Amino acid sequence: MTTVDRGACPYPFSEAQRLDLDPEYGRLRDNGELARVRMPYGGEAWMATSYEDVKTVLGDLRFSRAATLGADVPRTFPLIQTETNLLVMDPPDHSRLRKLVAKAFTMRRIEMLRPRAQEVVDGLLDDIEAQGPPADLVEGLALPLPITMICELLGVPYEDRDKFRAWSDAALSLTAFTVDEIQQGRDGLKAYLTTLVAKHREEPSDALLGELVRARDEDDRLTEDELVQFGVTLLVAGHETTANQTGNFLYTLLSQPHLLRELQDDPDLLNPAIEELLRITPLGSNAGFPRIATEDVVLSGTLVKAGEAVMTVGAAANRDGDVFDHADEIDFHRENNPHIAFGHGVHHCLGAQLARLELQVAVGSVLRRLPGVRFAVPVEEVPFKQGRLIRGLQALPVAW
Amino acid sequence: MTEDGRWQISIDSGTCIGSGVCAGTSPKYFKLDGGYGTPVADEVDADDEVVTAAESCPMEAILVREVGTEKVVAPLD
Repeated sequence: MTTVDRGACPYPFSEAQRLDLDPEYGRLRDNGELARVRMPYGGEAWMATSYEDVKTVLGDLRFSRAATLGADVPRTFPLIQTETNLLVMDPPDHSRLRKLVAKAFTMRRIEMLRPRAQEVVDGLLDDIEAQGPPADLVEGLALPLPITMICELLGVPYEDRDKFRAWSDAALSLTAFTVDEIQQGRDGLKAYLTTLVAKHREEPSDALLGELVRARDEDDRLTEDELVQFGVTLLVAGHETTANQTGNFLYTLLSQPHLLRELQDDPDLLNPAIEELLRITPLGSNAGFPRIATEDVVLSGTLVKAGEAVMTVGAAANRDGDVFDHADEIDFHRENNPHIAFGHGVHHCLGAQLARLELQVAVGSVLRRLPGVRFAVPVEEVPFKQGRLIRGLQALPVAW
Repeated sequence: MTEDGRWQISIDSGTCIGSGVCAGTSPKYFKLDGGYGTPVADEVDADDEVVTAAESCPMEAILVREVGTEKVVAPLD
C-alpha cells in the first residue's frame, strides 16, 4: 500500500463528444491505480475507473451518498444538492423509502407492462409511417414512449409533459443553462409534484403517487418532503435516461450499418444487443455522483481517507479488459456481459427492468417496421445535446 | 408435514449480481458474503419483510418457499 502525492488532473478531461469516451479514462484504468482529479466545483476527489474499484465504491456502505447532502462536495455541476432524494440517502433511510415502491418495479410487474409498451410504440410508429419520411425519432418515439409509461405508472397527466420536460432538461444541465435556470427547473418540478400529491390526496388512486400518499398519510412511512422529492426523482429518472438511451442506441445502430443488419437478420439477438449497447454507451457526460468515505478504505493500493470524495466512471468500468474480452468492441454475441450500466449496490437502478423493456420494444419495433431505416442527414449533422449531465440526441432525423 | 409459518430462503448464486439491495433493504435476513447475497438464516418465521426483500432483488435471484410444502411465497405475480 502506498501513500501518494498524486497531482490532481483538471476535470473534466474534455467536453463529451457524441458517444465517444475520452481515452484518458482507459489510460487511468489500465494504469491500475486510483486517479486524482480536480473538479470544476468543490475541490479534489479520487476517481475510480476499474470494474473492481467502481463496484467496490458503489457496493460498499463505507462510501456514503448521504454525506454529500448539503455539502460543497467535488462535483461537475454548480449547485449544491440541498433537497433530499433517494440518491442522497444511505440505508436505513434509503431502504425505508425504496421499499415503498419496490413492488411496482419487480421484474414480474414490469414484464406485465410489455403489451402496453408495444401498444404505445405501435401507435407512435403508425403516426410516423403515416406522415412519411423524414421523421425525428427523438420527438416521435424516444421521448413519448418512456414519458407515457412513467406517467401511467406514477399517475402524472401526460398533457403536462411539455412543462415537466422543460424543467427536467434544465435540472439535469451541466453548462447548457444558467444556474438560475437550473434552480428554476428544480423549483418547477418540486412545485408541480406538490400539486400532484395534493390531487392524489383528494382523489385516491392506485397509481404509484396515490400509494405513496397513502404510505405517508396512513402509515407515516415518509415525510411530506420525501414524498414530493420521491415523485420528482421517479418522474425525471423515469423518462430522461431511457429517452436518451433509446436515441443513443438507434444512433449507434444507424451509424454502424453492419450492426443494424446483424439485428435485422437475427431478431433473437435483440435482448443481448440491448445489453451490449448498455455496456458500451456512456450514459453520463462525466463521472457519476461522488461518494464520501466514512472510514479509511484502500482502493487498488491507494488509501482513501475518511472524509475524502470518490467519483465513479461506470462507462470506463464497463470497458475493463480484465472483465470483458475485446472490451472496446461492440459484440452482440458476448458470452458473459456483467455490465454495470444500471449501477451496483443499494442504489442499483430501480427502473432497470422498465428501461430494458422500453429499449427492447422501441429498438425492436423500429427494426421490424422500418427495415430500410437510415439517417436522413449526413451522420455529422445528427445533433447531440451539449452541456447536460446525460448524453443524448437533440434530434434523430431518419428516412426509410 | 407442513411447519406452519416457516419459510426457507434460497439465493440463486448464478443469477445474483451482488448488488446488495437485499442486504440494504433487510439486513435482518440478508447479508453479502464474498460479494454475493446470502440469507442470514436459511429458515425463518414467516415475515413480510422477507417478501419485500425478495421482490426488491433486481435479478429475481431470491426464492422464498414454505417449509414442507415447498409452495412459493415470493416472488409471486
